[in-house]
Amino acid sequence: MNVLRALLIGGCLACACADVTFAQAQPKTKPLGVCADPMNMPFSNREQEGFENKIADLVAKTLGTTTRYVWWGQRQGFIRNTMNATLEEGRCEVVVAVPKEYDLVRTTKPYFRSTYVFVYPKDKGPQIRSLDDPVLKKLKIGVHLLGNDYENPPPVHELSKRGVVGNLVGFNTFYSAENPPSAIIDAVGSGKVDVAIVWGPAAGYFVKRQRVPLLMVPVPSAPGDLPFAFDISMGVKPGNTALLSTLEKVIDTKRVEIERILNDYNVPLVERKAPPKP
Amino acid sequence: MQNKNAASTRYSSVNEINTGNVKNLRVAWSFSTGVLRGHEGGPLVVGNTMYVHTPFPNLVYALDLTKEGAPIKWKYSPKQDANVIPIACCDTVNRGLAYADGKIFMNQLDTTTVALDAATGKELWKVKQGDYKNGQTVTSAPMVIKDKVISGISGGEFGVRGFVTANDANTGKQVWRMYSTGPEAEVGFPGSVETWQGEEWKRGGGTTWGWYSYDPDLNLFYYGTGNPGSWNPDQRPGDNKFSMTIFARNPDTGKAAWAYQKTPHDAWDYDGINENVLVDLNMKGQMRKTLVNFDRNGFSYVLDRQTGELLLAEPFVAVNWAKSIDLKTGRPVEDPAKRTSSKANTKDICPSAMGGKNQQPVSYSPRTGYFYVPTNNLCMDYEGVQVKYQAGQPYVGAIVVSKPGPGGNRGEFIAWDPTTGKKVWGIKEELSAWGGALSTGGDVVFYGTMEGWLKAVDAKSGSVLWKFKTPSGIIGNPMTYVGPDGKQYVAVLSGVGGWSGIGVAADMSLEDPTAGLGAIGAFKDLANFSNQGGVLTVFSLP
Repeated sequence: MNVLRALLIGGCLACACADVTFAQAQPKTKPLGVCADPMNMPFSNREQEGFENKIADLVAKTLGTTTRYVWWGQRQGFIRNTMNATLEEGRCEVVVAVPKEYDLVRTTKPYFRSTYVFVYPKDKGPQIRSLDDPVLKKLKIGVHLLGNDYENPPPVHELSKRGVVGNLVGFNTFYSAENPPSAIIDAVGSGKVDVAIVWGPAAGYFVKRQRVPLLMVPVPSAPGDLPFAFDISMGVKPGNTALLSTLEKVIDTKRVEIERILNDYNVPLVERKAPPKP
Repeated sequence: MQNKNAASTRYSSVNEINTGNVKNLRVAWSFSTGVLRGHEGGPLVVGNTMYVHTPFPNLVYALDLTKEGAPIKWKYSPKQDANVIPIACCDTVNRGLAYADGKIFMNQLDTTTVALDAATGKELWKVKQGDYKNGQTVTSAPMVIKDKVISGISGGEFGVRGFVTANDANTGKQVWRMYSTGPEAEVGFPGSVETWQGEEWKRGGGTTWGWYSYDPDLNLFYYGTGNPGSWNPDQRPGDNKFSMTIFARNPDTGKAAWAYQKTPHDAWDYDGINENVLVDLNMKGQMRKTLVNFDRNGFSYVLDRQTGELLLAEPFVAVNWAKSIDLKTGRPVEDPAKRTSSKANTKDICPSAMGGKNQQPVSYSPRTGYFYVPTNNLCMDYEGVQVKYQAGQPYVGAIVVSKPGPGGNRGEFIAWDPTTGKKVWGIKEELSAWGGALSTGGDVVFYGTMEGWLKAVDAKSGSVLWKFKTPSGIIGNPMTYVGPDGKQYVAVLSGVGGWSGIGVAADMSLEDPTAGLGAIGAFKDLANFSNQGGVLTVFSLP
């Protein structure tokens, strides 16, 4: 609340020295409570090596504080056991990267947009540009398995509409030492699958770490398809408008730094749609 | 065993507490389990000792009933990787212990089956049934049949291929394992592979997280399998056998005598794991060895338990996804307008994915001939697709919105005549009746509510004779026993599930922004009634 009031009163006249403004507005504040997955590179991990960790650091630094993590696997129960935990000391305040439409939290304005991508070897890859490419019926296609009740990544959903079912190779998102998040990209690198269809931010980091050069090609939505590109926001607990507006200020003032972090992690960025005119 | 006997009737002939004196029932003692999450199942009493289990971390307490206040004889605290919670996540419940031949058996969340010395709590053996890192967990109670411990597996939503395992009760060594889907050699019954496209049966679901029952004369045990594999219905054309199936298996070999699929090609998550109660009934003038099942899909089935022949199938709650069940073919006569699709919005389907009844077991009283059934009165909308987020990725999901069914009450505790397939009486519950039922020789039926009331009801008339508000919502099953002092006691675990309360519906992914919101939509007021916390409350007459 203090932050909000300070911002409202002070406006953002001194945006050039935003760090100072924020730091003064919130002196000796509590650490920023971040909800994150302990084992989901390149998003986050317990060693704080993911891009969500780096963005959280940037936000905390801008606010003149540090981070405090509540770790939980980012799947069913994630928000319940972090942001909405029973015990106050087990709760956190911000999820760094969620789709704008993620309705368990209140989302900020988006700060980047990415897309599902085809990943295949640069040199002798199948050169796929669309889900309608007939070659997809013959190839081994690596995809993520997410959950039950229609819960497939959107491109996989659309593949099934096109009758591409039997030649999919599923990769589990129950990550562990034996099943690391890199597995699906490693499978392209080693030729175990011919192509993978992966959410861009999950792909880019591992694509860079393959011995074989790999291409990332955005998956375009045909008319009638689901969208494959998504705006990504930060999320707070519904009702926490003070933190929401603080984070939006950070997003506005630290746009360049955030984009640098995303580039470091080879996140494929796509142009954001212009906001609808009022 | 958890459901009183191998037939799973949950009927006790003890009759000190009866319809006349139950109004005097009062708390004899109580015991905190020290665990917050949802408490399903119930305690076991063997001799002068009560054995109490908890959700993860799956503690076991042995309480000495010969001493005042039932002090702790021993406590077992297994070491389990805490990572199993976020990985298995949506459900850390455990449905209880089994006892045989001086040993206590438990299935832990991380899929360990453990045998403990009932006298000391010492570990005798333990085996892993699966790997939680592959999405496999276990929440069900084991069942001991002769010299074998029978265990199931959970985790169907992540492509876990369901199986049931027999381990040697003395050594833990695996005797056999049979799958729900796949080739005959692995299923112990023909006809699965051809009902799937390609190799989809390999992630075919059909998990086995419910209750088990056994008929020693026929030497067959019975259980249900859950919803089919992880892909949407469009991606798994075919009946998807043997998901959603009642299996009758020989415990010595694991081979199936018959298999009956209740919901072919499921599109509603009518996870068919509910218990099968073995009773002999007079069906149209002829005594039959039957199996009675109250399925999630809203139908109550009566089958010949020797042959699998379907004798009767009637809806026990509001049902509209199917008009009836064809007794000749055993197949539902579906209303095509209520079959969900990933491409359309399907409104007002009854029952909801939480089922006409969930895991809470029914009771059968041979004195009245009625089944006592805790039911859900919930319907749902399957609305289109939207973006969700898991493991850092946006994905597609149906929005499942659960809502109160006709009348607005979300549950009803009913008495049911299995020979006619008709309701005898019902007690409407504001929330779902999510705890199990117990019937007794005193013609008193006990059940718990999500608000935390333990209620005692007249078995014949359905009049509520007594009730007591326990510290938390009840999703466990009341049980009764005769103590060392010769008195009859009634015991129940209270302890409602996760923050949304309907963590209760644990299997139904509460937090999941589709299914989750549905559940939360239906039960968002639960927090007004109940808070977390596991407590055992034991009652007796003064």
